[in-house]
Amino acid sequence: MKRKDFIQLSAMGLGALMMPNLTAFGNPVDPSRFLNDGIDVKLKKQLADIALNAARAKGATYADVRIGRYLNQFVVTRETRVQNIANTESFGIGIRVIANGCWGFAATHNVTKEEVARTAERAVAVAKANSKVAAPPVQLAPQQGYGEVSWKTPIVQNTFTIPVKDKVDLLLSVNDAALKGGANFVNSAILSINEQKYFASTDGSYIDQDIHRLFPTFTVTRTDRNSGKFETRKSLSAPVGMGYEYLTPSAADKVDGIVTRYRNRYDMLEDVKNATRDVEQKLKAKSVEPGKYDLILDPSHLWLTIHESVAHPTELDRVLGYEANYAGTSFLTLDKWKSGKFNFGSKLVNVVADKLQPGSLGAVGYDDEGVKCGKWDIIKDGVLVNYQAIRDQAHIIGLDHSQGCCYAQSWADVQFQRMPNVSLQPGKEKLSVDDLIKNVEKGIYIIGDGSFSIDQQRYNFQFGGQTFYEVKEGKIVGMLKDVAYQANTQEFWNSCSAIADKSDYRLGGAFNDGKGQPGQSNAVSHGSATTRFNGVNVINTARKI
Amino acid sequence: MAILKKEEAQALLKKVLSYSQSDECEAFLRGEVGGNVRYARNAISTAGDISTMTLSVTATFGKKSGTATINEFDDAALKRVIARAEELARLAPENPEYMPLLGPTDFKESKTYNPATAAITPDQRAEAVAGSINVAKQENLEAAGYIENATQFSAMMNSKELFAYEANTDVVFTITTRNSSGTGSGFAARGYTDVSRLDTVEATKIAAAKANGSANAKAIEPGKYTVILEPVAATYMLENMFRGLDARSADEGRSFMSKPGGGNRLGEQLMDPSITIYSDPFHPELPDSTWSREGLPHEKVSWIDKGVVKNLAYSRYWAQHKGVQPVPAPSNIIMEGGTASLDELIKSTERGILISRLWYIRMVDAQTLLLTGLTRDGTFYIENGQIKYPVKNLRFNESPVIMLNNVEALGKSERSVSIESYRSFLIPPMKIRDFTFTSLSDAV
Repeated sequence: MKRKDFIQLSAMGLGALMMPNLTAFGNPVDPSRFLNDGIDVKLKKQLADIALNAARAKGATYADVRIGRYLNQFVVTRETRVQNIANTESFGIGIRVIANGCWGFAATHNVTKEEVARTAERAVAVAKANSKVAAPPVQLAPQQGYGEVSWKTPIVQNTFTIPVKDKVDLLLSVNDAALKGGANFVNSAILSINEQKYFASTDGSYIDQDIHRLFPTFTVTRTDRNSGKFETRKSLSAPVGMGYEYLTPSAADKVDGIVTRYRNRYDMLEDVKNATRDVEQKLKAKSVEPGKYDLILDPSHLWLTIHESVAHPTELDRVLGYEANYAGTSFLTLDKWKSGKFNFGSKLVNVVADKLQPGSLGAVGYDDEGVKCGKWDIIKDGVLVNYQAIRDQAHIIGLDHSQGCCYAQSWADVQFQRMPNVSLQPGKEKLSVDDLIKNVEKGIYIIGDGSFSIDQQRYNFQFGGQTFYEVKEGKIVGMLKDVAYQANTQEFWNSCSAIADKSDYRLGGAFNDGKGQPGQSNAVSHGSATTRFNGVNVINTARKI
Repeated sequence: MAILKKEEAQALLKKVLSYSQSDECEAFLRGEVGGNVRYARNAISTAGDISTMTLSVTATFGKKSGTATINEFDDAALKRVIARAEELARLAPENPEYMPLLGPTDFKESKTYNPATAAITPDQRAEAVAGSINVAKQENLEAAGYIENATQFSAMMNSKELFAYEANTDVVFTITTRNSSGTGSGFAARGYTDVSRLDTVEATKIAAAKANGSANAKAIEPGKYTVILEPVAATYMLENMFRGLDARSADEGRSFMSKPGGGNRLGEQLMDPSITIYSDPFHPELPDSTWSREGLPHEKVSWIDKGVVKNLAYSRYWAQHKGVQPVPAPSNIIMEGGTASLDELIKSTERGILISRLWYIRMVDAQTLLLTGLTRDGTFYIENGQIKYPVKNLRFNESPVIMLNNVEALGKSERSVSIESYRSFLIPPMKIRDFTFTSLSDAV
């Protein structure tokens, strides 16, 4: 491929600095740089050893090093034009140490031998300064060194090798289909991420990882100028831990029903046509009567409810109070876990943490403190059985090892506990979506994620959605609008009355799960099959101003 | 050192533009130095510092633009960034909304820089945190908090000789205190241009009083209540509305400022006559930038005057499209208040709820600006002008536009921080009738 072809359309009048928070991703570069390998792994090891030795020499009892190269590409369009194309690269080194029993961290983008050594010394100085505000010394779970190992997201087609022009053409085709279908506005984007991470620690690990993520998305808007009303529908795609192959439609990965949904491959053009039809129907849909309904929740919707009401409250740092000033604490206190019988949900509810799930956003071989990743139960037959912990928390829940949940959004940020993929397991018995609906007297079938809000201990929540279908006497009878449901986490999960089988299991997820001060983003997936919850409170969100 | 003085920034930008061969070229320089400390469970958990400087160049041929960014500043690097921007511009498609660059403007100097804030050291941050932790320990509470300070500069120059520069400083402090049984929680937030205004001990004492006062809260029935929003709660509630003061989204029919049948609500009485909201970059309590990224000067702009929509922001492109003058998006936001103190608002309330803070506010319906969220860290029942007892937290579903039609009284405006964006605003405490709570929360 000619370089000129490759970088065609790779910058627009709106610069990278015009895109909110884009500078956090790195420095804009031309996309041909994405085809270059980063620095050689031998040199990374050399630099890592310099850092580890410098930290030890200054009194660190433990040190780890992360050399990171982060590539991001954002292709953003609106109706008939390209709004922004940003290609960013961020490269640097972050060094974390324990000295005087306290954590210290320092980072630099200047990855020379001298600067790496200086940065390691700075991290030790920070640790020693922090130790003056007394705290119990850090207690790290033991961790074997793995030697020199590597891991890569199993992708078919590296997104960064696809010319920007191809992505623009796809997005403009999507927009064109929406406009031809009667949409007034349409925004679309393809977001691509590649984390090239090298980790080394005084435990003797040298881990090289190459992680890929992709998120194609759009929003279709239709207005009714006479009434002044407008409605939107977002894409039913999921952000994925895959390559560009996700955008190759496949009949086998389509889930038929009231609207087509997608599993491991996504048909963006088909979805935008469906969205344009949905948004027209939404304008004419009946406004919901508030009251109690049985809810049938599609995985494209339920992932967010799982994220907020199961995954966040089982983060051990929240439980312990480390997030109290920002995201809050958790109702799942240690005494509930210790009792061994805290009834989080009905017996059907089995929730698993899985850092290796293929196609997921959170899939990595090793976490950001050199722990090999795995899978464990969080809710078993409705009972809380575990949390998500990292090395300095493992002892608190009686573990002799970390669960591998440590992550930093870049080399410049300190790693801390972030959620793994947390998923509701499908039902064990054969059960289809039609089976879930056929016994419902008064219900709502919800597809796609909408507005979301939950309290600081994760009890009370409210969720919207993209499309809502009224269910009466076992049948879908039409579309509804102005729907949001509210519940208490424990009551909601105890009202879980049926879960479809594994043939309906799909992943949803988020590119930007926020936590920490200063804030960091984490990408994470949540899987489920369509699930039914009985007697949930639904409110009507229509207002007049 | 990543903070350049005006003359240094001007010299560097002049050099950058001297390498440009494009029809139009614009260079934007930004630098920041600062640091932060985070603490929880009465001990420091993490600390960091930042020092960055970035140069962004946009080159344009006709209506085809390319942008490149760099963080190296030797001559070869400056030539490289120009060359890359020009190469990308030649390959780019035309941007139909491209607006020719503006010529020189005499921007007034901003008041956003404070030397004391710029000189904050790691030791000062640690001292501020130690004082806060001591208060918590004395009160048998656990403190979790965060302090962050930043000194930034921005400079812009273009090939039509427009030049703008400003430096600003900011320090933000937030503190949450909780009792050991987990039945009481309190919060305070502070944000200043001038660090000498920041008293972390005083703020922690307020958070501690809220934590101790909010223990063992009673449940009340959700429904419509008269509420008193403290400024930090009101700020977070109104922030979404301030973001929506935009003509284009209104004209396109997808905003709460859209008029049924087409057009926008300019000139319409949208809120109670007691509501006046404006921007003023020269306000001594809330100084802000005097120029926009589009190269327009920020002046005093009235957005809502006695409840009437006076202005909406117009980008240069949208202003030309509509045949009006461009109006940059709000620099800062000042909401006029009354003369009453928070205590006086409470004393004047027969029955109501005092709200210290709101949490996790998200948009439910952009059409009506309906928001949902919850109270947090100190919610109290008022009866006959007195705080009677703490109440459990509640979820609300309310539109700030509807809320500002139900104003009973406004207190004295004060500098307040949004707990989501960390931006500072001047907002009064406000007494609102018929505020809609839709469910109860067990969260503390």
